[in-house]
Amino acid sequence: MMTRLNRRSVILLALATMMALLPLVFPSSYYFRVASLVWVSALAAIGLNILMGKAGQVSLGHAGFFGIGAYAVAIGPAHLGVNALAAVGIGALLSGLLAFLVGRPILRLKGHYLAIATLGLGVLIAMVITTESRWTGGPDGMPVAKLVLFGWRVSGSDTWYWITAGLLLIGTWIALNLDDTPTGRAFRALHDSETAARVAGVAVNRFKLQAFVIAAVYASVAGSALAMMNGFVNPDQAGFLHSVELVTMVVLGGLGSIVGSIVGAAVLVVLPQVLTVFQEYEHFMLGLLIIVSMIFMRDGMVPMLARLITRGRR
Amino acid sequence: MSELLQFFVSGLTVGAVYALVALGFTLVYHASEVVNFAQGEFVMLGGMVTVFAYAAGVPLPLAALLAVLVAIVVGLLLYWLAIAPARGATAVSLIIITIGASILLRGAAQIVFDKQFHKLPAFSGDTPVDLFGAAIQPQSFWVLGGAALLVLLLYYVMERTLLGKAVMATAANRLAARLVGVNVATIMALAFGGSAAIGAVAGILITPITLTSYDVGTLLALKGFAAAMLGGMGSPLGAVVGGLLLGLLEAFGAGYISSTYKDAIAFIVILAVLFVAPQGLFGRRAVERV
Amino acid sequence: MSRRMQVLRIVAAGTMAAAISSFSAMTAAWAADTIKIGSVLSMTGPASFLGDPEDKTLKIYVDKINAAGGVDGKKIELVVYDDGGDANKARTFATRLIEDDKVVAMVGGSTTGTTMAMIPVFEEAQIPFISFAGAVEIIDPVRKFVFKTPHTDKMACEKIFENIKQRNFTKIAMISGTDGFGASMRAQCVKVAPAYGVQIVVEETYGPRDSDMTAQLTKIKNTPGIQAVVNPGFGQGPAIVTRNYAQLGMSSTPFYQSHGVASKSFIDLAGAAAEGVRLPAAALLVGDKLPDNDPQKKVVVDYKTTYETTTKQPVSTFGGHAYDGLSILIAAMDRANSSDPKKVRDEIENTKEFVGTGGIVTMSPTDHLGLDLSAFRMLEVKGGDWVLVQPGS
Repeated sequence: MMTRLNRRSVILLALATMMALLPLVFPSSYYFRVASLVWVSALAAIGLNILMGKAGQVSLGHAGFFGIGAYAVAIGPAHLGVNALAAVGIGALLSGLLAFLVGRPILRLKGHYLAIATLGLGVLIAMVITTESRWTGGPDGMPVAKLVLFGWRVSGSDTWYWITAGLLLIGTWIALNLDDTPTGRAFRALHDSETAARVAGVAVNRFKLQAFVIAAVYASVAGSALAMMNGFVNPDQAGFLHSVELVTMVVLGGLGSIVGSIVGAAVLVVLPQVLTVFQEYEHFMLGLLIIVSMIFMRDGMVPMLARLITRGRR
Repeated sequence: MSELLQFFVSGLTVGAVYALVALGFTLVYHASEVVNFAQGEFVMLGGMVTVFAYAAGVPLPLAALLAVLVAIVVGLLLYWLAIAPARGATAVSLIIITIGASILLRGAAQIVFDKQFHKLPAFSGDTPVDLFGAAIQPQSFWVLGGAALLVLLLYYVMERTLLGKAVMATAANRLAARLVGVNVATIMALAFGGSAAIGAVAGILITPITLTSYDVGTLLALKGFAAAMLGGMGSPLGAVVGGLLLGLLEAFGAGYISSTYKDAIAFIVILAVLFVAPQGLFGRRAVERV
Repeated sequence: MSRRMQVLRIVAAGTMAAAISSFSAMTAAWAADTIKIGSVLSMTGPASFLGDPEDKTLKIYVDKINAAGGVDGKKIELVVYDDGGDANKARTFATRLIEDDKVVAMVGGSTTGTTMAMIPVFEEAQIPFISFAGAVEIIDPVRKFVFKTPHTDKMACEKIFENIKQRNFTKIAMISGTDGFGASMRAQCVKVAPAYGVQIVVEETYGPRDSDMTAQLTKIKNTPGIQAVVNPGFGQGPAIVTRNYAQLGMSSTPFYQSHGVASKSFIDLAGAAAEGVRLPAAALLVGDKLPDNDPQKKVVVDYKTTYETTTKQPVSTFGGHAYDGLSILIAAMDRANSSDPKKVRDEIENTKEFVGTGGIVTMSPTDHLGLDLSAFRMLEVKGGDWVLVQPGS
């Protein structure tokens, strides 16, 4: 118990220190922007990792929840007169509720059938967002009002850097704590073997549903943060390709590894910024790097590195 | 009546392509349990290679043959260079590899070819055939006929040849198959090559109707995957039925309900089917691997 | 020409003269460094048929300008990023252009979605931004630092309805793409239709990647009393709609496409089915058919020849928008005699009678597009090529 607690504190402390030190080496606020994108994506990826890595369930429609959160902070203040912060809460509530309602029948499905059902759910959400243009601005999206906190208009890449960093720290803290609760243990049992967990008396369906709802809320909050940071939303954020991107972050970083999700998000956000110098070869290189890293680090980057380090110590 | 028939034929035509993509998914899944999201890129390769070869002066049949060969080579390379080295990785890791492959192939296509849309001439002219008041493009018959022929061929290979039996054995139990002397690696390579060929043929048949470009694969992979799941993953019959059904749902949805929400209608039906039959329409109730 | 316009012209000419006289003095002092211009284009992804010719055009003409000595004696350095059609990426690259590359001006933004995402960044940084995207909302309401070169979708609707009205049609059907371009133009058409006495009786849509639109067209075909059909959309969709239109034997009903398919490749893709299709487009598509006294003729033919000989691809109006945007910017820098973003912005707004591929541009503090309906020509496909529709027919 003690070691686990320590590991948790070490991770959080390391993350916080890195967040505090990074700005010292940033030459311009463009870097703040990229880093903020990493924090936001990492938040969504961590949520998805609780579902995929811990509870062992796939979701190919997770961007749908991201989109709900994003559009909540766009539509709430613009059409319904809701305060932006309250809209974040409403978005998270809606996402959680939707996950709860559809989760029950969907999570009965297994493996690829679950994948296609979640994919369908994501596609439906994205389609509603694209089509109901009276509310959502249609395929070109809509502007999002600047966040006002206690009379102070939040803007600027560096401000958002700290806000998103804070959100990610909280998200990481909750996810790490989850490991030690009965729910977390149940998740691990589920991941290892659903049948065995069931035999051991774990209420399998209930815990799967919990993981799904938690993951949805994470994605929704991340979506809200991105929308407010960008000052606009568009349906791409709820789309299939974004769902695939989130799954790729989780798997690339390492299924079940919280730190892995942050690393995976960092890689997939920063890589296109680096590869853009290759111009038309960008996508070719991106695909190649994904393939190569999955072949050589099939369990993900962070678990692989961890193994290397422990082996080195011996 | 003519309206119904019009919807029916256009649904079947689009559905036949979904069916072929789904069949490609099924074949690879059967042999290797990999869900290959680069399947749509084979369709793209079929269309694009034919277009460029044809534009360079190669006669159409030869250009088509060349396209199928290119797709097969790419399929084999995909297996040998990306899937085989990752042997033993989890299913989701393998999916990410195929997604990487699909990004890579699209990236390569935009360099080798270009980013414009292209067309092919219809194989037997553009004059629509009047069928009980519905206007049918002659190319639709090529698509339907070609798809039917491929399905029959695949059925024959799977059911009547030693090769097919080896594929079935590999699907059923890889270790046991190896024990009875099946070269599992070769079978898997063949499955990738075969699914690439099926995808390429679909691409060639459909390009005169739908046009093609370097990025047509993404949506087709999505629809093909949906069709395969609707029919039941791993069942060739399910893939064909699932594909045709998906095409018909879209056409009738657009025609009778709402063209804006036709894709939604298709996915709602898929969700409904899965709630009732969690293994798809024709899926085996596979034993879960513990 | 109004009196006010005349005054403005004199002022503009005066500014120009002043700019030219001080030009030579500046040249020597700043010869060493370069002027950085940024661009974010959708070179890949669903809008790559826009971004690709835009990118090629910018590169061709920046090279040309540099070969001719640059602006103010300084060479232009062009920084281009590919957003893949993703608005979020576009937004990040916009920040990168400003913060990291320190550009003094921006040309680009292929789609309305990416443009709208980037606008706040350039407005905040006070860097002039000339977009190549279609929707009217980019310049309406007017934003201080944002301009655009293509005609708006609202103008396209007006031009189409003007022609429909001339032919005494009142009942039409509309089939639009659900992509950003199609949805935005659809909304504008619905808005302006009543002003032309046009009633939209049926409306259908199709997805941007759909491969068969016969179901939607069959519904239109079976609606009695339809006198014309309008198809707002871009990409390959309208080509398929056009083919299905002919397949269903609907060609006797006049069919209108939008400026979203204004390139020769539309005729190539749609084939014989395109015969008789009308659309509003810039003069660029019919450059060689313009009368010799047409003020746009020289510019249009020059651009077409340059683009086609360099890229070996048919010219499109999309690349033309990039040519116009870059030319307006360079001319403004010339006049401002400086690359200071705020001065350049003022001069862009002062653009008067600039002859581009899209039309003759005269901007003002209330008009950051500077084109009117006359910039659009109504074209018809005849014998596999565009021809000008004679007014009144």
